[in-house]
Order: sequence, then C-alpha cells, then structure tokens
Amino acid sequence: MEKKLLRFKLNGLEYEIFINPKTLLVDVIRDHIGFTGTKKGCESGSCGACTVMVEDMAVKSCSVLAMQVEGMNVTTVEGLEKNGKLSPIQEAFLDYGAFQCGFCTPGMLMSATALLKENEGKVLTEEEIREGIEGNICRCTGYNSIIRAIEAVSKGEYKEG
Amino acid sequence: MIHDFHYLRPDSLQEAMTMLSEYGDRSKILCGGQSLLIVMRQGMVAPEYVIDIKHLNELNYIRFDEKKGLAIGATTTHRAIEKSDVIKRRYPVIADMENRLASIQTRNWGTIGGNLAHADPAGDPAPVLIVLGAEITLASLKGERTMLLEEFFVDYFTTQLNEDEIIKEINVPVLPPRSGCAYQKFNLLRNDMGIVGVAVKVTLNEAGVCTDAKICLGNAGRVPIRARKAEGAVIGQKYDEKLFAEAGKIASEECEPVSDIHASEEFRRHLVSVLTRRMLVAAWKAI
Repeated sequence: MEKKLLRFKLNGLEYEIFINPKTLLVDVIRDHIGFTGTKKGCESGSCGACTVMVEDMAVKSCSVLAMQVEGMNVTTVEGLEKNGKLSPIQEAFLDYGAFQCGFCTPGMLMSATALLKENEGKVLTEEEIREGIEGNICRCTGYNSIIRAIEAVSKGEYKEG
Repeated sequence: MIHDFHYLRPDSLQEAMTMLSEYGDRSKILCGGQSLLIVMRQGMVAPEYVIDIKHLNELNYIRFDEKKGLAIGATTTHRAIEKSDVIKRRYPVIADMENRLASIQTRNWGTIGGNLAHADPAGDPAPVLIVLGAEITLASLKGERTMLLEEFFVDYFTTQLNEDEIIKEINVPVLPPRSGCAYQKFNLLRNDMGIVGVAVKVTLNEAGVCTDAKICLGNAGRVPIRARKAEGAVIGQKYDEKLFAEAGKIASEECEPVSDIHASEEFRRHLVSVLTRRMLVAAWKAI
C-alpha cells in the first residue's frame, strides 16, 4: 500500500511521518512516535482510555484515522506537564487519589483537561463534571475521587505552574 | 483489522463527487468515521478507496432563516449542533437529543451526515429530524435531489444514496405556532444507543385541538418508523392521557422490533407503548 505523508503537531513538536493511510491515530502516537501514555482499551470507541485532544477537543484516538489530523495540534497525557511540572489536574488526581490501576487515567486526564479548558473561569457543577467524563470508563474508583479532583481544579484550588 | 485502502482527500465537494463518480461502489465516503471505522475494523466494510471529507468546511455550517428554517451541512459535528445557540433556541429537542448521543469524544468528531448515511436504525438524530419534517439533499455530478428524511432510509444500514451520491445538507422547516416536540430513548447508560427511542411532534390549534401529530420510532424496525395509526388516534383530539396510552398501544402494534441481546421483541413493544405515551405528554407540555 502506498504510504502517505502525515504532518501534525504532537505535544508542541512537529512530526512528519509516512504511514499506511489506514493507520489509526492511537497507533501513530503509540507505535510510530512512541508515546505510550495513551492507552488502548476496547478499541471500539466505548471506553475512552485512548482519549487525546485534537485542537483542544477530546476525541477517541482509536476511532480517528491519523490522516485526519493533518496540520492539527494533538495533545496526549505526556503533553500536560509544563517545564517538568505536572498540570493542575494531574496534581489534583494525585492529591485526591483519583486512580487505582491507572489504565483509564491518561484518557480521563485528557477529557478533564478539555472540559476545564472549555469552561475556564467557571465553577463546574458535579453534573457537568459527570457529563464531561461520560465517555471514559473507570473500573476501580467508582468515579467519586475523579469528580472531586476535577471539582477542586474547577474551583481554582490548583494554579498553573 | 482494517483492510488496506487508497486514501483520497478531495479539496472540495465538487472534487469529492468527481471521485465518487469514478470509483462508485468501490469507494466509501469517510467523514468523522465514528461509525464507519468500527464496521471497517470488523471487516464488514472494506472499500478500495476511502474519500475523506472530514476537512470540507464548505459543508460545515448551521444556518437559520425565519422562512426557510434550519440548514445543517453534512460535515457539521454533533457537538456543534448540540452547542448551537440558534438550535437550542428554535429546536431544543435537537440539542437535547445530541447531548445524549454517544460520548463527548464521539460528538466532537462524528458528523450529522455520517450518522444519517450509516443508517443504523438505533441512531438518535433520524427519529427527531423525521418528526420535525426534515428533508435531506443528496448531490452528485448529475445534480441534486431533495427528499423527506423518512423516505431516505431503505433497510438496515441502507439508504437511497446512489453510489455516486453524497449527503450535502439537512433542512428542518420552521415549526408552526403552538408546536411541541419531545424525544426519549430507553437505555441502561445515559448515552448508550437506544434500545428503543420515540420522537413526537404535535401542533395544536387555538382551542388546544391537535391538528398535526408525528410519531417516529427508533430501533423498532429496519428503519425509523412513523407510527401513522397512533398519529391518527391523536389528531383532532385534545390533551387526554388515557388517549395517549391508547396511542402508545397502537404504536406498539405497528412497529416490527427484533429480539436481540439487549431486549426481546415483546419488551421493545412494551417500551414503544410507554415511551409513546410519555412523549405525547412531554410534547404537549413543551408547547
């Protein structure tokens, strides 16, 4: 199969790679570039473990053809920290114990980050937070600690940098 | 595993139609891919050519005109529809339906044109758009044709689209005064596909008598089904919960649901009956 050139930005760095056009975004991120923070769970768009941000929008990278992010900015969990410091939502997840096995965490963090970005300066209600992570399944926590962590950031208890 | 394909990326609708006319049924239009990639991964669909139109901004729009109503371009995402101020104001039933369609991630990338082209009878947009009287415009190099959305669906995952045609736009007329709509699906998780879904639109005259009713059942047959006998039972009548229960029973008899892992045929008919009654109440109260 003729390979195609894909140009896009991942976590602020520009990449130019040649791929089989059927390659999914999650496989480009994990296998071609080597960022394995993004997880593959159900591989059918149900579990949300593979969630990344494309232009600050949460999407499921197992259900996006990589060729479709041509020229776009993609952010994975590796792109959340700045200058070696964890982002507010990452700090909050640690403080609130918002994970056990950790498999859903990268996707959960990306959905939470997109939700917080979309609602900057607004204190989110519990219902809005639950809706914001509706596409991410966690088998361990029962969600409550995750919701408390997002709530804390939304209330401004954690500051950037 | 997805089969290999040639990837085509047209720069315009015109170019996409040219590609379709050349490759026909050896090709498949890909937009958000939230449905298509899943069936391609299962090997159920294996096109030789994939024509990617996700980036075509000429089909990415929501326009409202007081006379012509609402026009939504085929590559508009579910999320854009959900968040649209004019849709929230003029067609809240559409915004609410979109808010419960799959997950945010899917709505961010998936598009209205892709959803309708996929023609899954459990899809949420079709029943709601059908009771609103929506039309769909298909385009090919030969020209355009417009039809009622309810005539667009032929069978499971099958539509009126010819192999050289592409969905261009969905139009929703302005609702007459004193009209109300409601949609609900029954499922176990809030944003799952509906085991059954029911959409209702009613229009009343000044005396509160129903002059028009449309009831559309989702996932209760091969395609979204209009419950015409149930509609007939309501037209000419005033608000009457006993009558709505009767209409629900009638609707449950004019659909053809299957039994599957999610629900038996009998249970689906029961759900149609209950949801039809509830949506008639809700549509009436939405006026």
